[in-house]
Amino acid sequence: MSSATIVNLPDQSTAKIPKMNYLSKENGLLSWLLTGDHKRIAILYLISISFFFFIGGALAGLIRLELLTPQSDLMATDTYNKIFSMHGIIMIFFFLVPSVPATLGNFFIPMMLGAKDLALPKINLLSWYLYVAAGILALYSMMTGGVDTGWTFTTPLSTHYVNTNVITTGIAIFIAGFSSIFTGLNFIVTIHKMRAPGMTWFRMPLFVWGHYATSILMILGTPVLAIALVLVVLERTVGIGVFDPAKGGDPLLFQHLFWFYSHPAVYIMILPGMGVISEVISTFSRKRVFGYTAVAFSSVAIAVFGFFVWAHHMFIMGISNYSVLIFSLLTMLVAVPSAIKIFNWAFTLYKGSITFETPMLYAFGFMGLFTIGGMTGVFLGTSGTDIHLTETYFIVAHFHFVMVGGMLMAFLAGLHFWWPKMTGRMYPEKISQLAALVTFIGFNLTFFPQFILGTLGMPRRYASYPPEFQVLNVFSTAGATILGVGYLLPVLYLTWSLKYGEIAGDNPWQATGLEWQTQSPPLTENFREIPIMDHEAYDYEWLERQKEKEVASVG
Amino acid sequence: MSHISPVLWQYLVKWLTNFALFPPEASKIAPQMDALYFFIVLVSLVGLTIVILLVTSFSILYSKKRHPVAVQIEGSTLLEATWTIIPLGLFLVMFVWGALIYFRVYTPPANAMNIYVVGKQWMWKAEHPGGQHEINALHIPINRPIQLTLISQDVFHSFSIPAFRVKREAIPGRYTSVWFEATTPGTYHLFCTQYCGTEHSHMIGEVVALTPDDYKKWLASSTSGSSLAQNGERLFASLSCAACHNTKPDARGPSLVNVYGSKLRLSNGQTVIADDAYLREAILSPSQHITQGFAPIMPTYQGQISEEGVIALVEFIKNLNSDYRVQQTTTTTDLLPESEGKAASGGPAAAGQNPAGKGMVTQ
Amino acid sequence: MSDSPVMTQGVMEAAKHAHPPYQRHHFESVAQQADATNFAMWIFLLTEIMFFGGLFTAYLILRNWYYPAFVAASHQLNIGWGTGNTAVLISSSFTMAMGVWCAETRRKSGLVLSLVLTFLLGLVFLGIKTIEYSEKIEKHHVPGFHYSVQSFVNPASDPDSVAYGDKPLAMDMARKTELYFFLYFAMTGMHALHMIIGIAILGYMIFRARAGAYTNGHVTFVENFGLYWHFVDIIWIFLFPLLYLISRHQ
Repeated sequence: MSSATIVNLPDQSTAKIPKMNYLSKENGLLSWLLTGDHKRIAILYLISISFFFFIGGALAGLIRLELLTPQSDLMATDTYNKIFSMHGIIMIFFFLVPSVPATLGNFFIPMMLGAKDLALPKINLLSWYLYVAAGILALYSMMTGGVDTGWTFTTPLSTHYVNTNVITTGIAIFIAGFSSIFTGLNFIVTIHKMRAPGMTWFRMPLFVWGHYATSILMILGTPVLAIALVLVVLERTVGIGVFDPAKGGDPLLFQHLFWFYSHPAVYIMILPGMGVISEVISTFSRKRVFGYTAVAFSSVAIAVFGFFVWAHHMFIMGISNYSVLIFSLLTMLVAVPSAIKIFNWAFTLYKGSITFETPMLYAFGFMGLFTIGGMTGVFLGTSGTDIHLTETYFIVAHFHFVMVGGMLMAFLAGLHFWWPKMTGRMYPEKISQLAALVTFIGFNLTFFPQFILGTLGMPRRYASYPPEFQVLNVFSTAGATILGVGYLLPVLYLTWSLKYGEIAGDNPWQATGLEWQTQSPPLTENFREIPIMDHEAYDYEWLERQKEKEVASVG
Repeated sequence: MSHISPVLWQYLVKWLTNFALFPPEASKIAPQMDALYFFIVLVSLVGLTIVILLVTSFSILYSKKRHPVAVQIEGSTLLEATWTIIPLGLFLVMFVWGALIYFRVYTPPANAMNIYVVGKQWMWKAEHPGGQHEINALHIPINRPIQLTLISQDVFHSFSIPAFRVKREAIPGRYTSVWFEATTPGTYHLFCTQYCGTEHSHMIGEVVALTPDDYKKWLASSTSGSSLAQNGERLFASLSCAACHNTKPDARGPSLVNVYGSKLRLSNGQTVIADDAYLREAILSPSQHITQGFAPIMPTYQGQISEEGVIALVEFIKNLNSDYRVQQTTTTTDLLPESEGKAASGGPAAAGQNPAGKGMVTQ
Repeated sequence: MSDSPVMTQGVMEAAKHAHPPYQRHHFESVAQQADATNFAMWIFLLTEIMFFGGLFTAYLILRNWYYPAFVAASHQLNIGWGTGNTAVLISSSFTMAMGVWCAETRRKSGLVLSLVLTFLLGLVFLGIKTIEYSEKIEKHHVPGFHYSVQSFVNPASDPDSVAYGDKPLAMDMARKTELYFFLYFAMTGMHALHMIIGIAILGYMIFRARAGAYTNGHVTFVENFGLYWHFVDIIWIFLFPLLYLISRHQ
């Protein structure tokens, strides 16, 4: 190995994948479908969310294709409306919300805590089944006519003015919500009750802290979305009038309930990603995360403040000027913990010993794009500029910077980082570095022009637009093509690596987390013996001592 | 340029003309909002540059080749406090600055000219005080504060004029308002920015800012014969409102003369200001808006008057500063044989043409 | 392959104690298992509170706006039935608590008896709820299904309104009673749904308890179900005054 990497692989001529591991323990489809093993459920989730990601991605491709020209020529406006609605619904509820928690979180939280499994394995499996059932229902409603309300289901449009499959889609999201509640519940119980001896709260990896904050949001926010959707379904079927101004109901009430979940949902989507970034940056700079406590608490702070900013989605909707003041101020406060995180990560690099493997490249991408995404959020949290920028492509660009530039980059960083542990084999380094670069370039080309479009005033969810916006839209579509390639590459080479990748060994990155101190792929019960945590998180000196001991005992 | 194919050249020319980068500033608030916008852009750029500089310089200085062994550092309270407090301070500056602009945009001056705008799937209908109607267009004079009172007939819409930097949601069942003062004559985009169904992207139009002279010409050329208040007066007559709302000592309803803008004491003890929203509510759901001393006998007009009709009535009541007009409407209705042909001759109320029920639209 | 470098606990010691059959493999001890599942139940109830919270919010706003309609509509509910049902539910909570105690002290017949009583009281509650619902259906007070405002614009025609000496409501306010009845049905319906699920689980538990399932020291399931049952009870304790007793503070 060259000195510019930390990869520490066993001798490929003699190394073997351990015979006993969670993948080889049992065979057959049923052993997967009835499994209680968090690692197998994580793999099931990984396959299903990837499937939905590519459906959502294909829809995004169609959107960009339609917007290549100012006229709505590729498809009729109502087709376009259905496509962007389904894109939003699939990407948010079936990809982003479960992405990191249900795959990487499911796989590694018990391992990082030194536990054999999540506290409630059956509930974990149930959560996957709910997810699949919800996904099938969502696809069914898409096949049989789709839904054209946008992912926000704004009343009274969704209740009285469209005749598409609002009810089936609503039920699908309701079910997916329960899947997410069960995941969050399982994480909280596991983190509270299943930590290994010596694993105190402040010895937990920041990935776990990020998921703890996420889980709080999941269990408290999702039920409110559930009841809001139940009311929409009742309003459509029975005509109950709670959201119907003609009957004395309040159409804004729906938005309050909806955003009470859906704003925290943004943090559900980003906090686990931030956890991944903490792990990756620490590992590849061989250094403890700068200001561990601040980063841990900033996650919790985001979760807490995140519940009190929902009305910033409604600044121009006639809520009182004074509530605008309060919600704008709270929005400013929630921006601060994110800034803290960015600077703490940057200073983690200081005096480190940095290498640039793929996960690290994705993490750098995350830091840049999330900074832009976060700062443009401040434009929208500032009540004055929000008036001009809200409901335009500025919003679209902002949340894609956070969700795609942030979360998806973090997901890919995490997937590459833990791939050797999950499969026992390395991904091919060079091509994956190329993929990271392609993704970064494609992403910026796609979404940066949208900030300018938004400033110009181009409204979101338009199938056609005035011709002076065309050039920027062409850039955006061109970027989306590159981005598409960037996302297809990992599928190809990761699949390839399942068979042909180099054998990874226990700890190819020389990382400190407990999950790296066991074989790859792990045993079904994760550890041969329950580990005892006798050091801080990210203690690279401890790792060195362990290696010396090992050498000594062998010698 | 001969080596570029002419087709490609044409495309290039077309592209460059289709390539806008910043919207025109055509209202008084626009430069103020842009100042804040560029302030935040500046802060963002500085922040982003710092992050990029830190990451690249550390990556170079402390790459494994140059710096094989990491130095473990716990953290630094001082540094962390710095990057907590400085962003917080900047964010608070933006918050205050933004709030000042927000309050300006949504607090119309008293002398503003009021135009009503009704949003419906998928068009904007503007009702000028002079009785001019417009669909998907808005003609306004420059250098004069214009207030828009917005309402939606069906779903949420949003009235957006990017060149003026203003936007306001049109909500079903509730008035909202926004104001602006155009500074440059010209034609600007008008968008519906809140997704409102199939033809959302066709719910667009243009805002035409005119010089005062041009505006006068436009007013004269697009008059509909009677002002909005006169339409309201006809409706007031046809609904027999004056049967109760008159100034007779035994009137069953409160007099509406000069009621607009006044403080009312309601039968439930509340005190309210009779503004547009109050008048609308009092017509559609009267039982919650009974003036003290009167019996709750007024029927609801919910579902019987369209939003335009309500607007006309509100405008009429707003301009009602003498009892004379009310009496006129009474005489008009008294003269009528039956409720049928309310197109009574004579009486200024029905001065225009025919159907008094014209305002009573049901789309 | 090297051994994992993590320090290890006394493996032999762990292997020494025999695990009771109900201990799941991934827990270190029965205590940890009980602790974790118990905690999970509390978290689940937290999500339930948020779920009902949405309805309570809607109630709060609409009642504030349309107070007269809410008062008049609440007079259509029978306080007798409501009070009776409250008593029934509180008694069922008591029998449930007895059940948990019996399970903890390993009294099999006591457990079965308590569970059966809880089961029956739950059914009584639902029975009374059915009677109440059918009254509403007869009077066309079900929102969305031929809803009639007759009792409110003309209270003299309705003995329930006469009993309270209700004054007629104006048409626009009378229409708002539909919102009250929607909230009534949504909130009590959602509560009844929780009762039905609870009763179904009770049936299963009676079946298992007769086979001696919960009196062998493994009581977490009974305890957690007890938490659920008490929670459903508490929801009713909020619903009863909010829906039945609106005008009772005057």
